[in-house]
Amino acid sequence: MDILYFAWVRERIGLPRERVETSAATVNDLIEELRAREERYAAAFADLTALRVALDQDLADFDASLEGVREVAFFPPMTGG
Amino acid sequence: MRISVQQAPFELGAESDAFAAGVEGAGAVVTFTGVVRDADQGGLEAMEIEHYPGMTEKALTAIAEEAVKRWSLADALVIHRHGRLVPGERIMMVATAARHRKDAFEAAEYLMDYLKSRAPFWKKEILASGGSDWVAAKEADEDALKRW
Repeated sequence: MDILYFAWVRERIGLPRERVETSAATVNDLIEELRAREERYAAAFADLTALRVALDQDLADFDASLEGVREVAFFPPMTGG
Repeated sequence: MRISVQQAPFELGAESDAFAAGVEGAGAVVTFTGVVRDADQGGLEAMEIEHYPGMTEKALTAIAEEAVKRWSLADALVIHRHGRLVPGERIMMVATAARHRKDAFEAAEYLMDYLKSRAPFWKKEILASGGSDWVAAKEADEDALKRW
């Protein structure tokens, strides 16, 4: 599964994307795995209210299933326009 | 309907003319243009706009399709830039064409409200002082979606 990071999430974690092998069932499960990795992940995922997630390029909820999902993206609330 | 996510500047006059020429008989064409402002009078050196290639086009297309359907638009246009922009540069434009002006105005506002909070762009302010800040999303922008 590819995981993408944008804006300050990318800066805090230190990379724009990575490929992970995971058996996480939901986004929340995946976040728990990432948090446990290293301090920079724990810092980036400290406050989920400051984050949004997209699954295969559609906005989703943190309790959404990862079944069949190929691309997960984490980023702050969007500021277009 | 045309969606363009691009780094290059765009010609406002040429884009508006081409859009209007393509919807002859629509009766009402509304355009809105967003410009990088220097809120802090000389404090802003540049605005860096990051986006999520793929999802950006997908989100903008969905938003524009909804606007076309809801206000029976003859056409809609969204151009949004990314990369490094300096104060005074145009960031984006939307154009809508409808039979009557109320629909064209409302659809343009809808496009703006949605692309502010639902299209994956992030702005970073590069300050003349040497620092930089990610622009935080405003609660008012999220609230603005509720009226639709």
